[in-house]
Amino acid sequence: MYRARGLHRTNGGNEALILLWAFVVGGLICVIGQFLMDVFKMTPANTVSLMVIAGAVLGGLNLYQPLVRFAGAGATVPITSFGNALVQGAIAEGQTHGLVGVITGIFELTSAGISAAIVFAFLAAVFFRPKG
Amino acid sequence: MANQKLKKLTPVQQQYQKFAQAHEPARPLLRNLTMAFLVGGTICFIGQLIQMAFIRYFGFNERTAGNPTVAILICITAILTGLGVFDKIARIAGAGTAIPVTGFANSMVSAALDARSEGLVLGVASSMFKLAGSVVVSGVVAAFFIGLIRTLVAMGG
Amino acid sequence: MLQGHQSWVFPSRPAILSTAVIGGPFEAHGPLADDFDLLHGDLRLGQKSWEQSEKMLLDETCAKAIEKAGLTKDDMTFFLSGDLMNQIISSSFAARTLAVPYLGLFGACSTSMEGLALAALLVDKQCAKYALAATVSHNAAAEKQYRYPTEYGAQKPPTAQWTVTAGGAAIVTASDNQQDPLVVTSATIGRVVDMGLKDPFNMGAAMAPAAFDTIVSHFRDLEIPYDYYDLILTGDLAQIGHDILIDLFDQHRIEIPADRYSDAGLMIYGKHPDTWAGASGAGCSAAVAYGHIVRRLRSGDLQRVLIVATGALLSPTSYQQQESIPCIAHAVSIERTGGTKR
Repeated sequence: MYRARGLHRTNGGNEALILLWAFVVGGLICVIGQFLMDVFKMTPANTVSLMVIAGAVLGGLNLYQPLVRFAGAGATVPITSFGNALVQGAIAEGQTHGLVGVITGIFELTSAGISAAIVFAFLAAVFFRPKG
Repeated sequence: MANQKLKKLTPVQQQYQKFAQAHEPARPLLRNLTMAFLVGGTICFIGQLIQMAFIRYFGFNERTAGNPTVAILICITAILTGLGVFDKIARIAGAGTAIPVTGFANSMVSAALDARSEGLVLGVASSMFKLAGSVVVSGVVAAFFIGLIRTLVAMGG
Repeated sequence: MLQGHQSWVFPSRPAILSTAVIGGPFEAHGPLADDFDLLHGDLRLGQKSWEQSEKMLLDETCAKAIEKAGLTKDDMTFFLSGDLMNQIISSSFAARTLAVPYLGLFGACSTSMEGLALAALLVDKQCAKYALAATVSHNAAAEKQYRYPTEYGAQKPPTAQWTVTAGGAAIVTASDNQQDPLVVTSATIGRVVDMGLKDPFNMGAAMAPAAFDTIVSHFRDLEIPYDYYDLILTGDLAQIGHDILIDLFDQHRIEIPADRYSDAGLMIYGKHPDTWAGASGAGCSAAVAYGHIVRRLRSGDLQRVLIVATGALLSPTSYQQQESIPCIAHAVSIERTGGTKR
């Protein structure tokens, strides 16, 4: 769903450091979400949608990719990354195919996540029962 | 009751609403924020470990390792949801499980599970995106407009 | 007979012949567990879907009430029932099982007393020999329909309530041949009250004004003092609504002694942390009234009670369309005959 573009690592390849930043950045993004839910009384669906849009906006401003390089999974695992990936796909296709490419490129980078979610949700419904 | 655009409350209603609000217990904000940070951070930490494992042992590179990582996290979420464990964790974690991709997966799996009694096609297949649909649509529509702006800017400049 | 603006008194003293209350696994851990006729260990009751579980629960509850009365389902004149499901489907299926002439009701969580009031009226007017009033709610079925899928990881606010999994039924008949019957003496039918509150996770605050309106109307219509009842029990206001109602009484200088007012939503689970503000559901008021309260009446611990079942009449769609929550409360008084303690 989310690709770390560019082979340049700001952390200089230090694995312990990127693990730490993954934890911190990921945690902070979740804190923002919790804040929206508790203080602004937003529903989970509205909160998550807003964060996806935020990720898309940051991606469009070329601000999300540096975060991915810096924090690794701390930026690619939160749902904000979904918004970023959608935008990156749209922009990439837009560069090569113009305005039509903006629509056709949207799902290019996110198909793995959506396919996995559909397949596993289906399998779970086949093998499990809700417990209440 | 007519659904007017400016639904004004009568003074009695306004007074009661203030009164009722005073009775609302405060949400445990500090505890919720802390748990969201810890659980969300942990999930991303685990995601980072999985990603590094895919790069080191399975021949993925940094650009492509994100995909199987997300797939693994979704699979784990599906199993935990099916076992009835995920909602118990989520109750404490709040945004810590809702904001990572685990939240997206849980919304789909839980909707699919409940709809199972309505059959695989009309139930499971139709209801799967009941909660997750808003996320996908928001993202796609936002990406369309942003992509459009970027492309127009690139063409114009 | 109509009394005052919106109340009925029943001069022929229709009596509650029998009641039955059946609950689920969570209710089994509550403080009132001993007052249930039967408690299920499996939330699904061995059925394939939550909706079928709710239907089975109502079937069993009605059968139990009939069995405890020493009658058969063919003896029942009318079956009055309602529940929280779309098109009150659980009650319709139970009516199919019973094959008794059926009156479907919808009062959300106030259905129990709506049913009891109408059952008493039918018997009082000699329009029914045995009237069976029932209701049911199921936690998972209600969550699936009104809120989120049951395995969804949503964090609920402290004002939220836990829907009870329970069915409650009562059979009303003329009191002629009964020994020390429990009689339904009066009922007050509520009006819809809407204070513009929109949060479906804080129904207690939305319902409290309706309870207040009905209680005040009851005392006004019947012209009785505020300490007439040993206990006034609201259905499912839970902690928030309970506190608000007490403050409303204070504000309007209505002196109901503190130990004479209680809420079924607080009683059924005690102070369980998983239930946030307390219990709710159509089965909540029914389970506490027809189980715990009836037992205390029969034993003489209570002489006169007023059960005020409260309901939030919202739908999942109305909430999404930014509508507020209209609420209602129905009150029924039950008194013990056979010697007063006072």
